[in-house]
Amino acid sequence: MSEGEGAHFYREGALDTSHKAILYLEGLNVSFDGFKAINDLNLYIDAGELRCIIGPNGAGKTTMMDIITGKTKPDSGKAFFGQTIDLLKLSEPEIANAGIGRKFQKPTVFESHSVAENLELAMKGDKRVWFSLRAKLDHEQKALIEETLETIGLTAQYHQQAGALSHGQKQWLEIGMLLVQKPYLLLVDEPVAGMTHQEMERTAELLKSLAGKHSVVVVEHDMEFVRSIANKVTVLHQGSVLAEGSMDEVQQNPRVVEVYLGV
Amino acid sequence: MFSQILKNDRGGQIMLVVLAAVLIVVPILNLAVAETSALHIPTYLVTLMGKYLTYALLAVAVDLVWGYLGILSLGHGAFFALGGYAMGMYLMRQIGDRGVYGNPELPDFMVFLNWKELPWFWQGFDQFWFALLMVLFVPGLLAFVFGWLAFRSRVTGVYLSIITQAMTYALMWAFLRNEMGFGGNNGLTDFKDILGFSLQADQTRVALFICSGLALALGYLLCRYVMNSKLGRITVAIRDAESRTRFVGYKVENYKVWIFTLSAILAGVAGALYVPQVGIINPSEFSPLNSIEIVIWVAVGGRATLYGAVLGAILVNYAKTVFTGLMPESWLFMLGALFVLVTLYLPQGLAGLWQPLKTKLGHKPEVAA
Repeated sequence: MSEGEGAHFYREGALDTSHKAILYLEGLNVSFDGFKAINDLNLYIDAGELRCIIGPNGAGKTTMMDIITGKTKPDSGKAFFGQTIDLLKLSEPEIANAGIGRKFQKPTVFESHSVAENLELAMKGDKRVWFSLRAKLDHEQKALIEETLETIGLTAQYHQQAGALSHGQKQWLEIGMLLVQKPYLLLVDEPVAGMTHQEMERTAELLKSLAGKHSVVVVEHDMEFVRSIANKVTVLHQGSVLAEGSMDEVQQNPRVVEVYLGV
Repeated sequence: MFSQILKNDRGGQIMLVVLAAVLIVVPILNLAVAETSALHIPTYLVTLMGKYLTYALLAVAVDLVWGYLGILSLGHGAFFALGGYAMGMYLMRQIGDRGVYGNPELPDFMVFLNWKELPWFWQGFDQFWFALLMVLFVPGLLAFVFGWLAFRSRVTGVYLSIITQAMTYALMWAFLRNEMGFGGNNGLTDFKDILGFSLQADQTRVALFICSGLALALGYLLCRYVMNSKLGRITVAIRDAESRTRFVGYKVENYKVWIFTLSAILAGVAGALYVPQVGIINPSEFSPLNSIEIVIWVAVGGRATLYGAVLGAILVNYAKTVFTGLMPESWLFMLGALFVLVTLYLPQGLAGLWQPLKTKLGHKPEVAA
């Protein structure tokens, strides 16, 4: 953050990435009815990084996202957002408001609202009940909506009902909803599932343009897509990290080849 | 201001215009037209219409939580009955020493039970303002506490419906007990007057009818205002994608509790207007069947439209009046058949018939800008 130059001061509840990393997962364990979904998982994401996470089905990718966003509480371990924010103590909305946005595997938008209204609802701001009753969009917020629609390429769909969008457009709208939340960290679960090749390319551009300003974690099955965006790839297997490195390094790792890429 | 609230709500505009016309014409035809004239509306009809209007307000309250928030409450009759009891207690205290036993302080049933003094929870109900406050407060508090417990533990769907049903059922049994101090099985009745006006007088009946209409109009506008706001859009978002709403940072529980409480208060107001018109409130109002009937009104009229709820409540109750007169035993079967038919062939209710028309007229969905 901006006061990170030289000495920095501890501030309760404020994101502190002075030690470079924005997300710390350490020694996490989760089991469901005896099945170990997450097994001593250690993972660090740097501020501004674009990280891809791959792994076979059941490797624990979605469970990991659930822990970070507060949906699932681990049996043991630590999850910190920056130096100071203990994610395990917060509820889903508190984590969202602290600056972690999540895109679901299945595109989830507010279907009976218009595209613009979807962004209005997702926008960072006071989210208490009584405030919402009186809330009106100001110029700045309207500009942000238009700017975001430009970014995700849905300007022409401003008034359209979100339920009537194509599958790919819903995925982009959901990414747009993350953007107006102004998160520091974006968790993106399978952004190109069910997309055409062309849509995939646009999505890759979109995610790459987001890195730097935000930290982005992408979980994806599509290897070609991962190769097109990732600098650094983490391979999960049976709930823990199997390998980490560039796409080439990872693909040459014999253990990875064995469990995942060994086709 | 009204035009702002009712923008894009053609159904609501029509409904309110019709309501206003009825509220003006009916009193004139009752009070100013001679009884011998063919145009005269007898007082019992005015009261019947007044009753329908309170049902319509109750239906609007249910539509708010079911249509917009996605919570199927099968216990809204409880809030209606509690509002009714609060009003009934005031009306009991108004009887004074004109009861059968002539006790100036105690209602008849308490004298009959050999009670020597007024229970603490009957204190204050001799004041109209206090009773009105309780009409709002008691259903509101119950809904708040119930909602806070249920929504915080994330009870949803059919489980929530079942516990709302259990709530009203439990209250029915509680109010049936004489020891509760609400008149037991007989409930509260034999009311004499309200604010000094005789409940038997035509003028009082007409005034209650007008009050019911105004309460419906104001309740409608309030619900529409809330649903037009960002709060309303969040409510619908919770209905459509609850966990998505959580992950964009809304405390869903709080939203649910407040909308549920608002709805319960409206139901309480409806109950309070219902009781002086029908002249009695007893535990049967808590019966689960009543709450299910309300849901059918809303389903018939069309969910998430508000005016559909008004339409459904009035039409179904009119049918009930007609058919229970003609064939009393058949009514429940007809109600059941109606629900099945609407679910199968008219999932958006009567208001749904109007939707294609609206698209043809070039209606645009509401936008954030």
